[in-house]
Amino acid sequence: MNGKDNILIEVNGLCKYYNGDKIKALDGVDIDIRSGEVVVIIGPSGSGKSTFLRSLNLLELPTHGHIIFDGVDICDKKVNINLHRQKMGMVFQHFNLFPHKTVLDNMTIAPIKLMKIPKDKAQTYAMELLERVGLADRAANYPSQLSGGQKQRVAIVRALCMKPEVMLFDEPTSALDPEMVGEVLDVMKNLASEGMTMVVVTHEMGFAREVGSRVVFMDGGKIVEQGTPSDIFENPQSPRLKEFLSKVL
Amino acid sequence: MSSVSAWFNGLWTDITLWFDDFSDDFYTVFIKKDRYEQMLTGLENTLIITLGALLIGVVIGIVVAAIRSSYDKNKESLKLHGGIGSFILSFLNFICKIYLTVIRGTPVVVQLMIAYFLIFVSVKDGVPVGIFAFGINSGAYVAEIFRGGIMSVDNGQFEAGRSLGFNYVQTMWYIVIPQTFKAVLPTLCNEFIALLKETSVAGYVGVMELTKAGNSIAGVTYNYFLPLLTVAAVYLVIVMILSWLVSRLERRLRVSER
Repeated sequence: MNGKDNILIEVNGLCKYYNGDKIKALDGVDIDIRSGEVVVIIGPSGSGKSTFLRSLNLLELPTHGHIIFDGVDICDKKVNINLHRQKMGMVFQHFNLFPHKTVLDNMTIAPIKLMKIPKDKAQTYAMELLERVGLADRAANYPSQLSGGQKQRVAIVRALCMKPEVMLFDEPTSALDPEMVGEVLDVMKNLASEGMTMVVVTHEMGFAREVGSRVVFMDGGKIVEQGTPSDIFENPQSPRLKEFLSKVL
Repeated sequence: MSSVSAWFNGLWTDITLWFDDFSDDFYTVFIKKDRYEQMLTGLENTLIITLGALLIGVVIGIVVAAIRSSYDKNKESLKLHGGIGSFILSFLNFICKIYLTVIRGTPVVVQLMIAYFLIFVSVKDGVPVGIFAFGINSGAYVAEIFRGGIMSVDNGQFEAGRSLGFNYVQTMWYIVIPQTFKAVLPTLCNEFIALLKETSVAGYVGVMELTKAGNSIAGVTYNYFLPLLTVAAVYLVIVMILSWLVSRLERRLRVSER
């Protein structure tokens, strides 16, 4: 609680330019993300939503602007970003599990090496998380032996092993077969109901409507409209959002 | 009937004569004046130069590959952040590029002779100079093999490591490099085999290595058949043993792909 209404991440004037200043992937984004909120970002491809998400933990380096996380401006060059990334879990479209490590080792390598947690403790916690997503029997398997949905569930619990304060999801279901989307969304729903702060870039409008506490519509590197799911889906204001919704719904 | 037995008798005489010749030759080439010792010295020097050069090559290769791929991977952030670190890395990358261009652009024999006759003029023993020259040469190839391995790992692996909070070096060490071993091993083995055979030119700077030993025995005994085939067979056997060891190692590394 830092007085300012539980704001966990405060983004001010975030810009990301490529090719000098010719391509503006992000063009002045301002947003506050509060603890326990599930912010769902939607928008057409090329709207900058993935770039925005990846900027939050500086996988993309913003050209201008500030990101204040836990009261620290992580865009400041003097800040050790690695420490802050430990508190921001990230889930990727293509899972990015480590193929040379078993499921259990995938999950425990960061807690063991970075937080210096004893191996047995880290493994116990990892097994607990695997149990919760129904994959305890897969602990000794390698990622190549899992289905897409299983891989993504492992990727989620791998990030959770670091006990993050916020989880960033970058199109977590886009690379999955349709029948596997549900199992991943269920895990994310449970996570949301446990009060995890989440920022989710997705094309799953059903998920946005059901789980999102706030939906943000981006286009052209800007936030065009934001509000509660019912605001956005039932009562869109801007013509651009109306057009977008008419295509995807 | 008798013609058949005569033919067999003739064949038998030929074979015994051939064996007599062969044992005479064998005696002159290997036993007389303990010439086999020359071969053994040659083999020893070949192995010493190869192993020494491999060691130097791998060390240089790791360092150069680390610099080159760090530069490639961090180009964007370096441009944004600038500073002294960026300048140093760009400079090191530039040096590495010159090294790669020069070493890969000139024949190893020429490099060896430059090392022996121009750089280490006072060193009379060709073996350490050979280790040095072949090591420097091999390093350039090993560096590109390692760099190729690092770059072939999907960037998502790198991002996943960084997103968990690992720094650049930790991500490389725990996540990227272990994955490159499997990809790099066959090419690295090729480089090792090429290196072993390339050391056969060390005779140019007076090193008594395997090829030189065979050649000098041939020169003295006027028998080229036995010494040269023996030399070829020894190289072949070493390469076969090496390939076998590497294929076993590969099989063990393939566990995660079941």
